[in-house]
Amino acid sequence: MAVGRTMIGQDMLETSANGPFVTGKVRLEHAVGMHARPAVKLTKLAKRFQAQISIRASEAADWINAKSVAKVMALRAPRNSIIEIKALGEDAQAAVVALVDLVAADFPDVGPS
Amino acid sequence: MKMRVDAAGLAYRGRTASIGFARGPFIRIGSGADRERSPGSPTEEALALREAIQLSSAQIAELAAAAGGEAAQILEFQVALLEDEDFLEPVFATIDHGVPADSAWSSALDEQIADYRSASDEYLQARSSDLTDLRDRVVGILRGSERQPVRIPSGAIVCADDLPPSRFLEIDWSGGGGLALLRGSPTSHVAMLARARGIPMVVQLGSVPDAAVALLDGEGATLELDPSAEQIGPFERRREIHRKSRASARAVLRRPAATWHGERIRLLINIQRVADLEHADAQYADGIGLMRTEFLLAGSDEIPDEETQYRAYDAVLRWAGQRPVTIRTFDAGGDKPVPGFTSDGEANPFLGVRGIRLCLSRPDIFTVQLRALARAAVRGNLKVMFPMVTLAGELEAARKLFAEAVKGLQAEGIGAMLPELGIMVEVPAAALAISDFQAAFFSIGSNDLAQYVLACDRSNGALATLIDPLHPAVLELIARTAEHGRRSGISVSLCGDMAGDPRCIPALLRCGLRELSVNAPALAQIKQAIDLLGGGCGSG
Repeated sequence: MAVGRTMIGQDMLETSANGPFVTGKVRLEHAVGMHARPAVKLTKLAKRFQAQISIRASEAADWINAKSVAKVMALRAPRNSIIEIKALGEDAQAAVVALVDLVAADFPDVGPS
Repeated sequence: MKMRVDAAGLAYRGRTASIGFARGPFIRIGSGADRERSPGSPTEEALALREAIQLSSAQIAELAAAAGGEAAQILEFQVALLEDEDFLEPVFATIDHGVPADSAWSSALDEQIADYRSASDEYLQARSSDLTDLRDRVVGILRGSERQPVRIPSGAIVCADDLPPSRFLEIDWSGGGGLALLRGSPTSHVAMLARARGIPMVVQLGSVPDAAVALLDGEGATLELDPSAEQIGPFERRREIHRKSRASARAVLRRPAATWHGERIRLLINIQRVADLEHADAQYADGIGLMRTEFLLAGSDEIPDEETQYRAYDAVLRWAGQRPVTIRTFDAGGDKPVPGFTSDGEANPFLGVRGIRLCLSRPDIFTVQLRALARAAVRGNLKVMFPMVTLAGELEAARKLFAEAVKGLQAEGIGAMLPELGIMVEVPAAALAISDFQAAFFSIGSNDLAQYVLACDRSNGALATLIDPLHPAVLELIARTAEHGRRSGISVSLCGDMAGDPRCIPALLRCGLRELSVNAPALAQIKQAIDLLGGGCGSG
């Protein structure tokens, strides 16, 4: 029943030279960190959106493609690290909300999708 | 080669790779992932990989559906990776540059596997086996090999085109059996494994049809298929003669130590794994001249951790008591590839990054072994040797890593010490510049030494007549090494196949060797051979 602190909203909206990004931050509560099952769930969810979605962990220099399971696994994000998500595109807002929820709810098993 | 024995059954003759007799069900297997494929153009290769990936996805999805639950979720990771364009893109880019699909795929996965293996976290390390599975599945499809493993009954005569050592190790030989290879070579690594296990093996049989039952005669180098009673009778008589002659040779073992011209000849044994010590004759050995450690790399998808390795080394030292035990560090590479460890795609793996070269390039893996050995060193009479040493600097680099491992363990309050360090003499340069090495002992690896001196790939059956270990050039290097040892008081032994071949014994003794290490099944025969040469009467 671990619930991460979700920080998302208008105040997180930032604008960069590349256009408007929607961003979100969430603490990774998953017991073993960002491992195979969470990574698969996260990338599967990310792929449902048209937006370009990037994530990074613990303020690393590089942002990586949230739709690549190899890259998400390579984050090696441990438990309690802060996952940052940024998205660009029409459904960027919905994507960030959905992904933050997924991490905050500790990657719940959902019914048939 | 086909030869007719009579109308009832078919008989084929090949070359002997390991003596002994086997009678049992005839099982033909594919050579698995080692099968060669001829790559097409980059476009064709890219298409082949796309198709193999699609087929793999479908297969895994099917497996996941059947497995359900936790297993299904783990398999999902494999499927996700197959759908990961970021991951696939560089693979296709490599193919575009002319690399065959299977090599491109393997090296991309090997990189990931190595990465996961080196992770500090056990959970991540465990993922490397998923990736190994995925790598082999796709490569298997690309190379057109069947995925479903053939069940091999106990005591079977296993027939294959050729067999990689890893496949040999997967087969359960505890019930006996034999190996009949259509190609293959008596000097290959798999032949060496067969001799060590006492499994009869015949190679270069050409082509043979399917059959239900077979007789394999490792001495006569014959394979008889669906034999008639007229064939079985003589076969069983030959088998009985073989058994009796082995029994009489075994009586020699209980006699005092072997001597030659009044000099004591020390006979040690080679082991490939701890279970080899269970051989009835092992107890008569003067020690262990070569413990190979590659078995630790086979079977499991993971490089075993320090504790697992330590337990294996410790078990052997406890068995040996006061007797010396020489353990050789990982000798991977060449014809002994280890996924995630050895480098793929070398044009000449025998001349590539193998043995100590590989270990020094992978201190992460090497250090774990050195730590386990340093801990074992306090438990008995341990010596450690490094394979494929070319330069004195390699021995010193390994010694430095070893000393650091000892220091680290001692700082952690764990008992450890630096054992005596020696080298394998198998690179001709090392034999020629033997006085360069500050080694505590030398062990001549005659198989590789002969292969390099004679410029013959020992796994190439077509060169079998050329790769003669009794060639004067090979003997010259052995004699020089022995002479150097004699002058400087450093012990020199020989642990290659020559030591286990009675025909080579006189030459080896004349070269000045007084210490030989052989597989336990050959111990009796070699002791008998020395006794016959030396007039018999032991002095010890």
